[in-house]
Amino acid sequence: MIIFGVAALAACHLAGVILGDLLGSLLGVQSNVGGVGFAMLLLIFATDWMRRTGRLPAISEQGILFWSAMYIPIVVAMAAQQNVVAALAGGPIAIIAGVGATVACMALVPVVARIGGQDEALPPLTAQET
Amino acid sequence: MEIVEILEKNGLVFAFVVIGLVMWVSYQLSDKLSAGRLHGSAIAIIIGLLLAWLGGTISGGSKGLADLTLFSGIGLMGGSMLRDLAIVSTAYGVDMREIRKAGLAGATALALGIIVSFVVGALVAAAFGYTDAISMATIGGGAATYIVGPVTGTALGASSEVIALSVAAGLLKAVLVMIGTPFVAPYIGLNNAKSAMAYGGLMGTTSGVAGGLAATDKRLVPYGAMTATFYTGLGCLMGPSVFYLVLLAMFGN
Repeated sequence: MIIFGVAALAACHLAGVILGDLLGSLLGVQSNVGGVGFAMLLLIFATDWMRRTGRLPAISEQGILFWSAMYIPIVVAMAAQQNVVAALAGGPIAIIAGVGATVACMALVPVVARIGGQDEALPPLTAQET
Repeated sequence: MEIVEILEKNGLVFAFVVIGLVMWVSYQLSDKLSAGRLHGSAIAIIIGLLLAWLGGTISGGSKGLADLTLFSGIGLMGGSMLRDLAIVSTAYGVDMREIRKAGLAGATALALGIIVSFVVGALVAAAFGYTDAISMATIGGGAATYIVGPVTGTALGASSEVIALSVAAGLLKAVLVMIGTPFVAPYIGLNNAKSAMAYGGLMGTTSGVAGGLAATDKRLVPYGAMTATFYTGLGCLMGPSVFYLVLLAMFGN
């Protein structure tokens, strides 16, 4: 059933966020530390185990793939509720600090990505892989 | 005005229609105007940000289009709950070996990304006359993400004006990353899992990285999101502690 895939995804999401919250309070931070990252790792391990033991039939898989396919529309909805007005109203300090940090960090990507050897580019996308 | 009422009552469902339309228009524009060079999702995100600006200007609120009652469903659809669920779902099918291989680069990226953002933010703050350690740490935090700034500022007791500046700096960074990623991707080699993990760790803003990588190549999303998710927490940890103390030792009160 599709709901089994959705439920597995949701359970991993919650378990990861709870872990991230625990880690945050252990470190004494008022913020979640790595919750979504833990959730992703949990999902990778859980679905791998389910697939190997035959507990993840293709139909359950659809429950996860649906949300994965909804990712971009959800991100567009996220963009539509950003506080763009405040972002533009901060004056020169906010603009220079925001732009400066963004540019400086972008410039470091090739440097950091070289650690442990350069990786090959992904193969080009096929026509409708979106 | 019956119809408006019905749409408001079915907010999330109406949001699906609105976002569906935005996606359709975007992919048409991508095809017809840019011959597919500018990815449809990049255009969709830019339209989303424009709508957010429009909504924020009309309502005077802080949640963009979602502040208009008619479009409140957009708030649910793009809120952190469904956004994080969708981000987690992209990890399905991810290659664990890729993540292990990029572990060191990812961790380095995180540390470097937080430090560089704080330093840039603090320097800009000082250049504009905010030379006290508290303000420098707060604006530095804002240059990391729009959450690290206010968390640092609140912990240290910064003025509300400085906290507002730090939020604006962080928001601008998120918007820039969302729009800019597909354009800079070819120049910084952002085309494989490892560079995506480095990117997530260096930029840190979850919304920025989530949107920017989606507009570049959806297959990179899980790798970038994986490292970005540690950024804000680590920034909140280091801002009011290590960074503040270093700044205090260097510049005093």
